[in-house]
Amino acid sequence: MGYLDGFRVTFKNIFQPRVTTRYPTEKRPKPLRFHGRHVLNRYEDGMEKCIGCELCAGVCPARCIYVRGADNPPDEPVSPGERYGFVYEINYLRCIHCDLCVEACPTEAITESKLFEFSFTNREDAIYTREELLVDDEGQPKHLPWEDWRPGDEEHTSGWVRATAPSGSAAFEGKVAWSGELGFGVRAPEKGQSEPEATD
Amino acid sequence: MGDPLFEDGIDLAVVLIVLLKVLVVFGFLLVSVLLMIWFERKVISDMQSRVGPDRAGPWGILQTLADGIKLFFKEDLMPEQADRRVFRLAPYLSAVPAFASFAIIPMGGTISIAGRETYLQLADPPVGILFLLAMSSIAVYGVMLAGWSSGSKYPLLGAVRASAQMVSYEAAMSLAVAAAVLAAASLSTHDIVQSQATWSWNLWALGGVPFLIYMVAGTAEINRPPFDLVEAEQELVGGFHTEYSSIRFALFFLAEFMNTITIAAVAVTLFLGGPNGPAIGFLPDLWPVVWFFLKLVAFLFVYVWLRATLPRLRYDQLMDLGWKKLIPAALYWLLLIAALRAGRDQGWNQGVVLGVSLAIGVLGWVILAGALRVGQRETEDSAQGEEVLVRGEATS
Repeated sequence: MGYLDGFRVTFKNIFQPRVTTRYPTEKRPKPLRFHGRHVLNRYEDGMEKCIGCELCAGVCPARCIYVRGADNPPDEPVSPGERYGFVYEINYLRCIHCDLCVEACPTEAITESKLFEFSFTNREDAIYTREELLVDDEGQPKHLPWEDWRPGDEEHTSGWVRATAPSGSAAFEGKVAWSGELGFGVRAPEKGQSEPEATD
Repeated sequence: MGDPLFEDGIDLAVVLIVLLKVLVVFGFLLVSVLLMIWFERKVISDMQSRVGPDRAGPWGILQTLADGIKLFFKEDLMPEQADRRVFRLAPYLSAVPAFASFAIIPMGGTISIAGRETYLQLADPPVGILFLLAMSSIAVYGVMLAGWSSGSKYPLLGAVRASAQMVSYEAAMSLAVAAAVLAAASLSTHDIVQSQATWSWNLWALGGVPFLIYMVAGTAEINRPPFDLVEAEQELVGGFHTEYSSIRFALFFLAEFMNTITIAAVAVTLFLGGPNGPAIGFLPDLWPVVWFFLKLVAFLFVYVWLRATLPRLRYDQLMDLGWKKLIPAALYWLLLIAALRAGRDQGWNQGVVLGVSLAIGVLGWVILAGALRVGQRETEDSAQGEEVLVRGEATS
């Protein structure tokens, strides 16, 4: 019918099901490797993983990370190495969640959880400090009042970093090349690309 | 003739009744604009498999109210280069005609308030339809001055487009309206509605063509899609109201949707028999109003449907459609109706009149097509000439 076909199409659409996800009430499951709010991890004995090397701050394209390292106090060291990050701040008004800090980190200290629903209402709250980012004594991320944590958000934080060997060689697939974390232990390797049917 | 309210002279009661009617129409328009915006957004989202506004109130029906309140509390900006006085005046030039032109729409039959008979219509001036055309002409000034006084590029471009488009399509619209006026032999909207009583709606009594022309030209006149070149977002940011914010922007928005409602209401009045409809036993005063609103909503739905379906026209297509198709068609159809009426009144043979009219129509169409072809060739020749010039400069 030429010109009138379009009218039929639009009219028929009225009776079609809606494609909208009604977001605040209905939430879609997050992908396994979702990039959300960062956490600073600790070793299984409670030591902090961060050594204050500032590589994350150097690699950050949005320049949202501010790190200052300091020598560990000899009596009660914070991290197993020589130094630790005694200032660690991330400005979430600038962060683009590219995960480059996670890739750059030599000690797997910083990873990203799946939490993305954190709406602070002032600029001070936007800057997360070391105390806010660091996991607690059970290894769980701290839940700030304006954050909407869902079950599973702290699982598999940046799992792909751990699944891929440092060299990127397929020979390392399935081999654990990472340290354990407080509360989670040594996380199991992801099911590999060579056995696609085995993905969780 | 005229409103029976004024037959016994004018006293306090008459003035009060008129004021009451003004208030009712004003309130009705404001509420209907709120509902129209919501209706449009909902229907469009239905046609696009979306949900649409559903947060404010049941089914999001209060969304427009929320938007309006937000607009009222926003900062009112004025560009540094703006012509301050005209910049302030323009929104009112847009909104006031939109309000005023609804005054002549008959919304129901005759009712009696406090023992006085009156039409359910704010005003029934003997020049009725002319008043409507005058108001729609003034609305052009609102748009044009808004763009011109903003002191900014895109609004100016939008305003130039708007004034050209609205002036062009007003001609076709007026000729289509004239056909309805001819059928009723009166300019008064009340008489036009009366002449369509008992299902002799102008929609088919006039052969459908004036109605179609009115629909197309009316859509263009109020700058609705697919004729919304005036505020083509991809090209002109917001068109003539780019620089407007806060309550002044709200006024333009209000005027735009009020014009949509008015154009639909005029179409209902002129071509769909206004409040005429089957009379039903109980509440005889109510049914004409119900019929009027049913027709209005159906018509508005068609407008939204058009917007959801059709892509925007290119500017030259817009001008071609207006000047080369709609105006000749409307003019010919008006003359045809006039000839048939004159022939009937004089007692001539209708078949002969129709035959002669059709022959003249074909002749006119051939001449017009020839003239257009000549014009086209001229344009192409000069375009080629320019091309040769450009190439010559490039090689030399």
